[in-house]
This record gives sequence, C-alpha cells and structure tokens, in this order.
Amino acid sequence: MKHLRSIDELGHDGVVRLLELTTHMVEINSRQVPKVPALRGRTVASLFFEDSTRTRLSFETAAKRLSADTMTFSVSTSSVNKGESLRDTVETITDMGVDAFVVRHKSTGIPWQISDWTDACVVNAGDGWHQHPTQALVDCFTVRQALGRDRFDGLTLTIVGDIKHSRVARSNISAFSMLGANVVLVAPPTLLPPDVSHWPVEVSHRLDEVLHRTDILYMLRLQSERMSQGHVPNLREYAEAFGLDARRVGMLPPGAVLMHPGPMNRGVEMLIDPSTLTNSLIHQQVSNGVSVRMAVLFDLLAGESSASHLAQEAS
Amino acid sequence: MTRPAEVSAVGRVVLKDGTIVDSRGEQRLDVAMENGVVTEVGIELRGDRLVDARGCVVAPGFVDLHAHLREPGKEEAETIETGSRAGAKGGYTALVAMPNTDPPQDSVAVIDFVREQGKRAGLLEVVPSGCITLGRQGEALAPLAELTAAGVRLFTDDGSGVQNELLMRRAMEYARGLGVTLAQHCEVTSLTKGAVMNECQCCTSLGLPGWPSIAEELMVFRDIELARLTGARVHFLHLSTARSVELVRAAKRDGLPITAEVTPHHLSLDDTRLTSFDTVFKVNPPLRSLGDIAALRAGVRDGTIDALATDHAPHPRRDKELSLDQAPPGMLGLETALGVALGVLDVDLVHLVRIMSTQPAAIAGISDRHGRDIEVGAPANVVVFDPDLSWTVSPDSLSSKSRNTPYVGMTLRGKVRHTFFNGVATVLDGDAQR
Repeated sequence: MKHLRSIDELGHDGVVRLLELTTHMVEINSRQVPKVPALRGRTVASLFFEDSTRTRLSFETAAKRLSADTMTFSVSTSSVNKGESLRDTVETITDMGVDAFVVRHKSTGIPWQISDWTDACVVNAGDGWHQHPTQALVDCFTVRQALGRDRFDGLTLTIVGDIKHSRVARSNISAFSMLGANVVLVAPPTLLPPDVSHWPVEVSHRLDEVLHRTDILYMLRLQSERMSQGHVPNLREYAEAFGLDARRVGMLPPGAVLMHPGPMNRGVEMLIDPSTLTNSLIHQQVSNGVSVRMAVLFDLLAGESSASHLAQEAS
Repeated sequence: MTRPAEVSAVGRVVLKDGTIVDSRGEQRLDVAMENGVVTEVGIELRGDRLVDARGCVVAPGFVDLHAHLREPGKEEAETIETGSRAGAKGGYTALVAMPNTDPPQDSVAVIDFVREQGKRAGLLEVVPSGCITLGRQGEALAPLAELTAAGVRLFTDDGSGVQNELLMRRAMEYARGLGVTLAQHCEVTSLTKGAVMNECQCCTSLGLPGWPSIAEELMVFRDIELARLTGARVHFLHLSTARSVELVRAAKRDGLPITAEVTPHHLSLDDTRLTSFDTVFKVNPPLRSLGDIAALRAGVRDGTIDALATDHAPHPRRDKELSLDQAPPGMLGLETALGVALGVLDVDLVHLVRIMSTQPAAIAGISDRHGRDIEVGAPANVVVFDPDLSWTVSPDSLSSKSRNTPYVGMTLRGKVRHTFFNGVATVLDGDAQR
C-alpha cells in the first residue's frame, strides 16, 4: 500500500489486513509503556487545512507511539496565509524529508493531487464530502470488537442524517458493505446525494420504519449551516423526524449498538445522553482511533522486517 | 517543395494536389493565391511557390465562435498573439474573442484594442464580441448601438448568462433593431452555486456539488421563448445536454432564428473523467454523461447544432493546481479541435467544413471574408489538413501560453498542415511561421 486515500482504493483485502493489524496495536496500547520503535527515524507530517480535534490528535499520538517523528502544519501560522500554493507547501515539506503526509482539506480530491506532487505516502484524514477512510476503519473495528465477529453478513447498518455532505457516510457505506453488512440510509431527500442508485444501499425517509431491523445505528452530525441552504426548514423539525430519543432507542432490537463520529449536536440528532445507554459504542470509537491510525501508519511506512518484528513482539 | 520562409514572400502560391472541400462538395483541384485572394482554381497549376497538399483537404479557414484570448487582463494565461498562433496551428483564420477580459469588452476602446492587437499579431482575424450588459454584471445594457457601429456583430456576457428575464427581453428587442446576434451562456446560477461537475452518480460518490442539466435547459427554453416573442437572433454557446439539443431542434422546426454550438470536449469526454481529480477536466458547463454526448453528436449530424466552437480557455498552471472546487473552469481547444472532431463526429468532410467554417462565419457576421467557397476572388483564408494523419498530443508542442489540455497523451486523427491568412502562410507543415 502506497497511500490510504479512500476505502475503495484500499479494497476488501486491505480493509481486513488493517483491521487485523489494529488488533496488534490495541495490544501495544494496553501495555504499561505503550510505545514501540517500529517507525523510528520516520517522519509524519500532519497537514490540516480544516479544524479537527480527535482525528489530528489521534494521528499524532499514533505516530508517536510507533516512535515516528511528527511535524504539524497548521494553516494559521503557515506560509499559506502568505499566498503560498498548496503544491509549493507540499514540495517544501517534502524537501525536508517526510515519509508520510496526513491530510485534511475541505476540498474533495486534495489527497490525490498531493500524491502527484510528492513521493511520500499520503493518508486522507478527510477530504471535503468525499472520504474519511480511517474513520470507517475505526468504525468497522469498533463493531468487530463489540460484536466479536469478523464479518458483518446479516447485520444492518442504518446511517441517519446528512448523507449528502458526509465523508464519513461515503467511507462507511463502502467499508461496511465490503464486510457483508446491509446498509440503509435514512434522511430527507434534500440531505441525500442526487443519485444513489449505483450504491449498495437501501434508502428510507422514515427513521421509525427501519429502527426495528437495525443492528448498528449510526447517527451523523447535522451542521447548522444546512438550515440556511434550505436543506431542512429548522432544527426542531429535523430533530422530530430524525433525532434519537428514548422512544426510538426503545424501538431498536436487543443487542443493537449506537455510533456517532462526533462531535455530537446534542438536542439535534442526539436527544438523549448516549452515556446513559449501555449499547453506545461512541467512547470505543474514540479510543480505537489511535490503534487504527497506528495500523495505517505502520502498514504504510514499516518495511517487511519490522512487520515480522512486530508480529513476534505481539505474539 | 519550397522552404517555409520563401512561401511568405510575395508571388503566386499554388496549393498542389489537394482536394477542395467546401459547400459545393469535393473537387481535386489546385488552388492559386496571389495578393491575398484566390486567383485560379484548376488542374496542374504553376506558380512562384508550390505548396504540397497531396492527400489533404483544402478548405476555407476555420472560424471559432468561442475563444478566450485573455488579453487585456490575464496575459499570464494567454495573449492575443499566443492565442492567435494556437488558432493558426488549429487551422483557424478567424477567432471570436470572448469579452470576459479585464476590462471587459463593453466599450469601444476595449473592442478597438482587441482588434488592433489581433492585427498586430497578424496571424488571423481577431473578431471581438461585445458584452450584453455593462461589466457583464447582468444589471444594465452595454452600449450595444455604439459597439455595433464599432463593428461588433455578436454580443454575449459569456460565462455569466443574463439571469434577469426583463433585461434579457430588453436586450433582445434592442438587438433586433440593430440586426445583431445575442449569444447566451445558459446557466441558471441559483441552481449551480458552488457546482464543480455534472450532477450524476459520479458527483454522488465524489461528494462534489453537482451542476444539474436543468440549470442549462431552463435558460435555453427561456431564451427560445423570448426569441419567439421578440424576433431577435439568439445563439446558444456550448450546449451540453440532450434536452438542450431537443429544445433547439424544436425551435428550429418552428422557424425561429436560433443557432447553437457545441465544443469538442463536450462531444468527446464524459463526466467520469473527474474521478481522476485532475482539474484539467473541470469546465463550465461541465462534462456530461455518455447519453448527453450521444445526443450532442446526433444534434451535429442532423444540423440542429450549427457550429463547433472550442471555448478555448487557457489557465496558468498555478490556477489549475488549486483544488477541484477552487480551480477555474476551462480547457484549451484551438489546437486539438480538428483532431477531436474527426475522431468523434460521424459526418462527412463537407459537413465538417460547414460546422467549422461556413456556419460559424455566418453567425459571427464575417461571411464576406471567412467561410467562403474556394473560388476565384475569394479572400485567401484557407486551411490545408490531413484528415488521416495520427498524432499524439504533447503539451510542449502547443503554441498556447497555457498547458491545460485534457488531451495530453491521446492520439488524435487529423492534423492541420498549412494555414493561410489573407494569402500569407501562418502555418506550414504544422509549424507556425511567425
């Protein structure tokens, strides 16, 4: 693997390989000193052109636990504000000797453009509404761990909310269906992309009608700017139709789990406190973030020898 | 055969052993040119300079209704001289210069400047179009009568289609009185805010804001009906959808004074090209579906589409290296139009010459000197092209100042060999002469 830019590029075998590798990383993270020398001498640069807390921190933590050096590029202090082009920025950092770029940008496709300008590996940490592959790996790993199964055949994943503008939804639709899950999208038509007929999904506009057959309920964040663009009339109406409250939690079958990629909009898509729910995986999603990103960086940057070294160490 | 430099010298130049293709059909005859006009057509002609045209088509020089020459204002991307050279290499003897310059072509001073720069370059005729509204702002009419008096025959706000229905009606009424043509870029912009590519399955998967076909078709419909109401001559720029072609076909059936153009890229490239995230494929209107492409080709075949126009839109490298949503739309077209057209259009050479020369010349109002049959007395604006020669597009071989061609590395069939503008060779054996 040279880059991690989308789940489709990664493919089924790649997804499975990274999920297996994540198991080793979880073990490392459970040690008293959760640090291994696997990526000593390697340098990982974070290029975040968009706000992020958990994704950026979990990538940086992941790099450090593998003993890689890290470089953080933040737009507010960079030459980008002096008019430097993205290509110049990437080439400059490449010249400093970087092995991987972790990139988040508000525009679709930036990770592909960057990989034309550098020999370093490129990890997509979110591009526009397009892809967020490490989030999908986190979510698949979290479900595997919680349900104790490697494949998702027979399980139904219901994704609720603003599918149209969601890179998390696009990556999860690919990843969960690769592992065998049925995927149901629930949203008003204004928050769905224009034509989903080629996606392996079922579409519903009524949450109450699909809850009873949902095994994994995935609530998406609704951004308030969607109101001004006329996608939904107001938050109250959205919460009424698509928000998760105690009544709807009660409609889920026993054993169903709840997920959210964060940050949550309490009072909009989340009308109850998920920490009161025993079947919420939201905390596990955050804690698995570091292990998954360790697996990704290791897979991209470690040579064959260190891979067998890690396997020995883990066994 | 003679060396290039000698051909430009005064004297009688004879195009040997080619096939004349014009509105009368095909004829295997030599063509003699002297002092800027065709002086003899016949067999085994002699002259001071002989230029080989064996195996080639000899046709009236091409006319492009839609070229962005970027001067004044964006000379980093193209100048009138470099754009003219690119045009000459593409077989063009006239280019309609789009008015989205800075300052825009809404005053006689700018129109005169553009025309003079064209003359200074001397590679082909630069025909300035004028703005419909001041500053292309869509708020107040430009001085259409003044600009008409300065020689403008085609008016357009180009990339900013006139949104206001009342203003467009007034423009059409006024234009009818002046006997000029209004050319519209059809896009209802409230439906395309932030749009990057065709609204389709690809835009769904890529998470890019879509540019729906209906945003074009609504304005095509509106302007057809306004033309019906006002009697104005309306030309549709770069149509891209199947329904637009259908609307124009019906309007022509009704006898309305409507004409339409299509670009080589909308005939040859579909919306899935954007999955490469290469901004060279971002263009406005966007690349459409295979179904739209088939309908556009059928529209050319049955005469619904009058002209092939390039929408040649040079951009400097750094602008096209922005993200897909930030990069400006547009691609080069002048030097590849013929090869693309021959590859994708199922029409004979007579029809090809009609849509690349005769009909665009008529729409531009320059039929007295361009798009004329190759006969004695006609101005010697002539292209000689080999319809069977294959060549591979290499950005470094282009004469345009920019490099944003979507056809890099592709093999095209059909290449311009010689171009003559007013009897002077601007291109010989594929090489620009000045």
